[in-house]
Amino acid sequence: MTVESTAATRKPRRSSKRAGAARTPKAPDEPQLVQLLTPEGERVEHPEYEVDLTPEELRGLYRDMVLTRRFDAEATSLQRQGELGLWASLLGQEAAQIGSGRALRDDDYVFPTYREHGVAWCRGVDPTNLLGMFRGVNHGGWDPNSNNFHLYTIVIGSQTLHATGYAMGIVKDGADSAVVAYFGDGASSQGDVAEAFTFSAVYNAPVVFFCQNNQWAISEPTEKQMRVPLYQRAQGFGFPGVRVDGNDVLACLAVTKSALERARRGEGPTLVEAYTYRMGAHTTSDDPTKYRTDDERQAWEAKDPIQRLKTYLEKQKFADEAFFTGLETESETLGKRVREAVRAMPDPDSLAMFENTHADGHALVDEERAQFAAYQASFADSDEEGN
Amino acid sequence: MAGKNMSIAKALNESLRKALDTDPKVLIMGEDVGKLGGVFRVTDGLHKDFGEDRVIDTPLAESGIVGTAIGLALRGYRPVVEIQFDGFVFPAYDQIVTQLAKMYARALGKIKLPVVVRIPYGGGIGAVEHHSESPEALFAHVAGLKVVSPSNASDAYWMMQQAIQSDDPVIFFEPKRRYWDKGEVDTDAIPHPLHKAKVAREGSDLTLAAYGPMVKVCLEAAAAAAEEGKSVEVLDLRSMSPIDFDSVQTSVEKTRRLVVVHEAPVFLGTGAEIAARITERCFYHLEAPVLRVGGYHVPYPPARLEDEYLPGLDRVLDAVDRSLAY
Repeated sequence: MTVESTAATRKPRRSSKRAGAARTPKAPDEPQLVQLLTPEGERVEHPEYEVDLTPEELRGLYRDMVLTRRFDAEATSLQRQGELGLWASLLGQEAAQIGSGRALRDDDYVFPTYREHGVAWCRGVDPTNLLGMFRGVNHGGWDPNSNNFHLYTIVIGSQTLHATGYAMGIVKDGADSAVVAYFGDGASSQGDVAEAFTFSAVYNAPVVFFCQNNQWAISEPTEKQMRVPLYQRAQGFGFPGVRVDGNDVLACLAVTKSALERARRGEGPTLVEAYTYRMGAHTTSDDPTKYRTDDERQAWEAKDPIQRLKTYLEKQKFADEAFFTGLETESETLGKRVREAVRAMPDPDSLAMFENTHADGHALVDEERAQFAAYQASFADSDEEGN
Repeated sequence: MAGKNMSIAKALNESLRKALDTDPKVLIMGEDVGKLGGVFRVTDGLHKDFGEDRVIDTPLAESGIVGTAIGLALRGYRPVVEIQFDGFVFPAYDQIVTQLAKMYARALGKIKLPVVVRIPYGGGIGAVEHHSESPEALFAHVAGLKVVSPSNASDAYWMMQQAIQSDDPVIFFEPKRRYWDKGEVDTDAIPHPLHKAKVAREGSDLTLAAYGPMVKVCLEAAAAAAEEGKSVEVLDLRSMSPIDFDSVQTSVEKTRRLVVVHEAPVFLGTGAEIAARITERCFYHLEAPVLRVGGYHVPYPPARLEDEYLPGLDRVLDAVDRSLAY
């Protein structure tokens, strides 16, 4: 589904405060953030942001989140079974990714980190394409231009500059597309992110910086990354920053859509800080029990992005039992498809490592490819002799 | 023939002008490349004639310059970025090595990265720290990059055209102490292939292989050696990735002796690679081990010492004598 056509816009300002400055009243220990659906599944109003979705569209967002979580769980299992070398789980971040991902138009462009499986889903990237690099058969492999979804980027923060340059190109082309650069709280410490903020502000580039603050950069808490809330950083660069409840798919949709519309109007970048939580490990190589408590995780589980939308759908009678049962079946089918696709992924031909090093060829690569091919062929000869 | 006598800086300027004129997707980006025309005036007048949309003054952030150029290339543009001086490229080294060099391979060839990174490099102008380095081996070592350096005005003109037209990222090292050397440029000529070496002077007793700023020194050395009755061939390599080993081999099979000369430190440098490969290819032709002349394994020294650090005529001729003595 797409909710691109639906209303999710920013209301006229009711105060002179900057975007992100107006807040729903919260308990003192809670971060101030834009919220449209409480952890208890209650719809609330926000003075600056709203969404108006049909029950079908709401069910669509729910389906996206459930299937993304199922895909993620399958990939985690596949890693445990030795089918993948590594997996970076998005567990807990479904609302941030689906909400922002569904705010995009087809002609927009996404520059992800390596955890944006939900955004990839929204872009129509076949989820099995994401697994090649984690299985070790390629370093990305998909055509970024088929879904306007760039390759995963491992060196954190680098892609925020690519997004900014791409957005500068959009301005030169006279188009009204926009770009979303995803990154995390840890990446916000990288110089590249600061440079991307500078370039995008100076050139008024139509880019939305979507930071999923999931509280932990592997074992480093946000206190080791920053002394002021992340969204406030935008002000110093001359563009608005807004903190949104990253576990609230409706708020993430509304805030991202508003930022995209601002970019399309030629008003430049926005920093969105989606305040969320990585419920799993950083990757399957990580052990979060060494650095964080069960209490912390349990507190965030109570804010689960999927459960709160389910509660809302049930209360409003927007979804019946058949819908939930059908979705369970669909999830299992997806899991099975992913499992089979991964197991069927062949190792690449060994000569493939020489391919695509250069567009125009390179004499040394050609020479080494020929030497390697001859070396391999020498084994083929001895096999034949042995037989 | 449209032959014109011009400096290397002017040849680069004319080449960039032609590229901007011919292809609307070509962009010039960098610090001070606009109104000032670059600190060496290589982009002089381009901002006035093509506007700030094509000739873009950037924030002072090298990673940002290369990183946004990558994004612009992904959008279909052909950015030519200027790094103001050699020693300033390192803040952008991450973007060049981890992103620019590898993205084509990671996308299995489905996207292209036609970005040219221009770097004025090398010493000999009495500059302060970080303004005189020769880091070409660091880039040539990285798969996915092409690395070139012209030594004269004609090559500067044509190699820049070819680098911009290439669908691969090209690191374009400009020999800054030669910017004002003049030479004939035929803008209607059929250009020599970008990654093919040129024989700059024929000879039969020994081959001097060099590139960029050291070609001139080697030509002077060959002329001096000729006065002593030695026939020295000078090969202008022009490309450090790929290196045209075939042309080096052809020359060495003729002269049987090779000395490689560059400003960069000798240790683990371009000369080491050439020495190893040519020893493999020409083992039975060589009358002497391949010798190298270059910089020392020290930080580039203060300007008052750079004449001692940089290979000059005497050090090159000394190596020629040592080789011929075997």
